[in-house]
Amino acid sequence: MPDLSTFKFATTHEWVRVDGDSATIGITDHAQSQLGDVIFVELPEVGARLEAGAKFGAIESVKAASDLYAPVGGTVSEVNPTLSDSPEVVNNDPYGAGWMLRLRDVGEGSVELLDEGAYAALVGD
Amino acid sequence: MAARTPLYDRHVAAGARMTEFGGYDMPLQYTSIGDEHRAVRRRAGLFDLSHMGEVRITGEDALPTVQRLVANDAARLVVGAALYGVMCNESGGIVDDVVVYRDPGGYMFVVNAACREKDVAWMREHLDGAGLDDLSDSLALLAVQGPEAMGIVQSLTSTPVEAIPPFHFVDGQVAGMRAAISRTGYTGEDGFELYVDSENAPAVWDALVEVGTAKGMLLCGLGARDTLRLEAGLRLYGQDMDDATDPYSCGLGWTVKLDKPDFIGRDALAELDPRNPPCSFIGLRMPGRVIARHGHTVLADARVVGEVTSGTFSFTLGYGIATASVAPDVSREAPLFVDVRGVAVAAEQTPLPFYRRPKGNG
Repeated sequence: MPDLSTFKFATTHEWVRVDGDSATIGITDHAQSQLGDVIFVELPEVGARLEAGAKFGAIESVKAASDLYAPVGGTVSEVNPTLSDSPEVVNNDPYGAGWMLRLRDVGEGSVELLDEGAYAALVGD
Repeated sequence: MAARTPLYDRHVAAGARMTEFGGYDMPLQYTSIGDEHRAVRRRAGLFDLSHMGEVRITGEDALPTVQRLVANDAARLVVGAALYGVMCNESGGIVDDVVVYRDPGGYMFVVNAACREKDVAWMREHLDGAGLDDLSDSLALLAVQGPEAMGIVQSLTSTPVEAIPPFHFVDGQVAGMRAAISRTGYTGEDGFELYVDSENAPAVWDALVEVGTAKGMLLCGLGARDTLRLEAGLRLYGQDMDDATDPYSCGLGWTVKLDKPDFIGRDALAELDPRNPPCSFIGLRMPGRVIARHGHTVLADARVVGEVTSGTFSFTLGYGIATASVAPDVSREAPLFVDVRGVAVAAEQTPLPFYRRPKGNG
């Protein structure tokens, strides 16, 4: 298990790691486990502007499709290029190689964010 | 509360994610649907299908009753043989799709778990003097599927299983327990379905796990069962058909024998043109990894022409596959689109099944 002390968690099961005015976003281990085999991740274009709480894409598993929401706002500076051909990395390494987005110019606002312990309590781990 | 199969404890101990299906708490997956799917295509998979119902029709008048109940011709079944067919209502709609086995004392119907109560009530109404035994709770059903299935089952029985033709069964023993060994399945691979007494199911399961694991067999849940059956072009009741669907409209016209003795629904089906039924049942190939799902709308020229009945990602082929029920005037060449969560995605019509096992694969 990676060190998640620098991660924050949305109640919609995305994680965010903010570093100055940039941020990295993905989905939690609990989320990937509930979804099962990830088949397809739909991500925004680089340069897209996202408000905190806005839908930024969708994730599709064999079982179901789910929308993805930005825990913080900013401008998309990078999307994970690995996910188009190997979306299963979201299952295998949700907090590392399975990251989804990088944002720059991250604003002050955010959705309600939980720390590691509060999120673990939320999902009953 | 959902019912449990005799293997429930085995599933929990193996770390399965459980889900409610047909009134039972069943394993959805043990590790990953993709890994389990590929294991069946390349090596072998073991499934607990004990949720399925088994209902026997017995007595001297069993055959006429079976003939009234199913649209396929059970008169051609010799002891040890099985057929696939549908039970229809008076309107020609499908009550359930079933496998019917002929044994020395009667006919055993294997029915969908979610339909069991409805089916038993329906069958009781149309007995014509035959007897009915619902064996669903006393029988467990284990399936071993894949190219290694034969070797795995053979190592646990003295019955020569290679000699059992497809859609036939033999009564024998597996792992020392009484079993009907059936050369059937729902995956598109060679394999066996084993009907055993419920109290013996854990012992047979454990023996199969021990032998199978050495051959690369994985435990498989209902998730892989669904992706495998859809690749193989096999129908799922409740998704691809229901009480309002006639067999021609879901591509099961080949199981309807209008020239056999009268059966329930025959008059309604005789009114239909088998080559031009109310709906066409088609296969669709989706671009890339897009998944069309049950209930998604199918469009042609921006006109709604039908609905997706089943859809998934094909782990064998590497793209999305779906079946759809569309208006009969949609031509084979018509460019079609599926409304996938608000986006019209081009879909290519493709023949069923999507996957056929290579010769020599088991």
